[in-house]
Amino acid sequence: MAYTVPRPKLTFAEKIYLPTVFAGLKITVGHLVRMLRGKTKVIMQYPEEKWDAHMPAHYRGAPTLVSDEHGRTRCVACQLCEFICPPRAIKITPGEIPSDNANAKVEKQPAEFDIDMVRCIYCGMCEEVCPEQAIFLRKDYAIVGTSRKEMVHNKAKLIELGGIRTGLVHKWNEKK
Amino acid sequence: MDFLSQIDWFLILTSLAKTVGLLGIVLTLVSYTVYAERRVSALMQDRLGPNRTGFPITLLGAKKDFSPFLGGLGQPIADAVKLLLKEDFTPAHVRKFYYWLAPGLGIAAVVVGLAVIPFGSSIAGVPMVIANVDIGPLFIFAISSLGVYGIVLAGWSSNSKYPFLGSIRSTSQMISYELSLGLSVVPLFLILGKLNLVEIIQHQVANGWLLLPGLTAASPRLPTFTEFLLWIPVFISFIIFTTAMFAETNRLPFDLPEAETELVGGYHTEYSSMKFALFFLGEYAAMILGSALIVVLFLGGWSVPWIPDGSSGILWGLVNIGVFFAKVSAFLIFFIFVRWTLPRFRYDQLMSLGWIWFFEIALVNIFLTAGIVALRQ
Repeated sequence: MAYTVPRPKLTFAEKIYLPTVFAGLKITVGHLVRMLRGKTKVIMQYPEEKWDAHMPAHYRGAPTLVSDEHGRTRCVACQLCEFICPPRAIKITPGEIPSDNANAKVEKQPAEFDIDMVRCIYCGMCEEVCPEQAIFLRKDYAIVGTSRKEMVHNKAKLIELGGIRTGLVHKWNEKK
Repeated sequence: MDFLSQIDWFLILTSLAKTVGLLGIVLTLVSYTVYAERRVSALMQDRLGPNRTGFPITLLGAKKDFSPFLGGLGQPIADAVKLLLKEDFTPAHVRKFYYWLAPGLGIAAVVVGLAVIPFGSSIAGVPMVIANVDIGPLFIFAISSLGVYGIVLAGWSSNSKYPFLGSIRSTSQMISYELSLGLSVVPLFLILGKLNLVEIIQHQVANGWLLLPGLTAASPRLPTFTEFLLWIPVFISFIIFTTAMFAETNRLPFDLPEAETELVGGYHTEYSSMKFALFFLGEYAAMILGSALIVVLFLGGWSVPWIPDGSSGILWGLVNIGVFFAKVSAFLIFFIFVRWTLPRFRYDQLMSLGWIWFFEIALVNIFLTAGIVALRQ
């Protein structure tokens, strides 16, 4: 059924429109004056002020490779993150851990670990899928570079960004 | 080489100097109007707007960039450099000749119109108007109507639907408002009896501004009864003239030719870099021309109470020029305020406002003025 939209009843001042122009000007100029007097709290001035302090704990920034408190990079090159990564940003070349190494029983570590930050969509699936708690999304969000090559984070860069993370499960330690 | 001796070199040289000076002032005013537009709109919407770009004097060896006042005053220079260096792209589907002609036409009409505006009293005996013609307002109306050709040609030669719609809207809008624009100032000419803009200002210096009668330059007084009676039609024509000027310069609330939400960018959708900038320049220069005309006709031009004209010294001549551009700037700020306050009119509302209201009111206003003039003088 047709529905008639009720039209508002306009007063005479609203009908001749000119007084309403000044009513509108009063609002906009009011905002202008309040801004000029510094009464309005506006947006953050980005490069000078950063919102790092207000960032939630679950913020998903750049994916990184973490080390534990024993100084071991936890990745075992299982390549699960490489397979699950939706935009295929991760590329891992697995390598052996030499038998004379203290961590020799872990057997494998990545020889190369590249994350292409141009492709990364910060979905956090790599972190979710990792059985070793080795890859974590940290709070770095300003990732810049002047070329595509510069935007690929290699293993050294990822370990540097990841830093040391405590409180993880140590499943490769000696049995007590 | 006999004819050379008959040429008035003094006139030619002073005219050239005035032309260069006025163009310089107007172009600077245009770029800073764009800056003001961005800044004021931002402040009205509780944002900050461009507040960072300063003058890059570090390039000249200074320690810090110079960024005075609210900041961002270097923005127009950066914008100009950007627009000049951008790729000038001509789409393959356009009519090349008219496509290149349109931006030039758009700005030329406005710049020519500036020639008859008296922007100051006189400096060392040289009157501060480039062409002191006896048909000032008529000349401006005639020339600024030609500006619509720039828009029509731009829309047509772009060979694309949105620019075409924009240019059609622009044509109909400009034609409807040109009538009320012209008719609304007829009462002024009935009162003053002259069309020379310099003489109109002289009249206002002697008898007070048309919009504020009695505000003479020498000794402001209360208006007489006749002046008060004549003030009524003058005020009506001021309202109509100002509103029609908004429509004529395609400003909100009458910006149908470039309604961004409906027509992408309107008639200049297919233009880029400096050709687009010329349209932009033309639009803001038209705003300045319109404001200047309103200031000259209604607000006493360069005159302010107690300030003498240029015959009392070069300094006062410069002060008069400053006063004129201060009044124009104030009016430009008003233009900006209105743009960021009012929503756009619907097309039929625009047409009915132009044809049913302003046209008739302007006509009645002429008879009203004629009656008052006949009875009281």
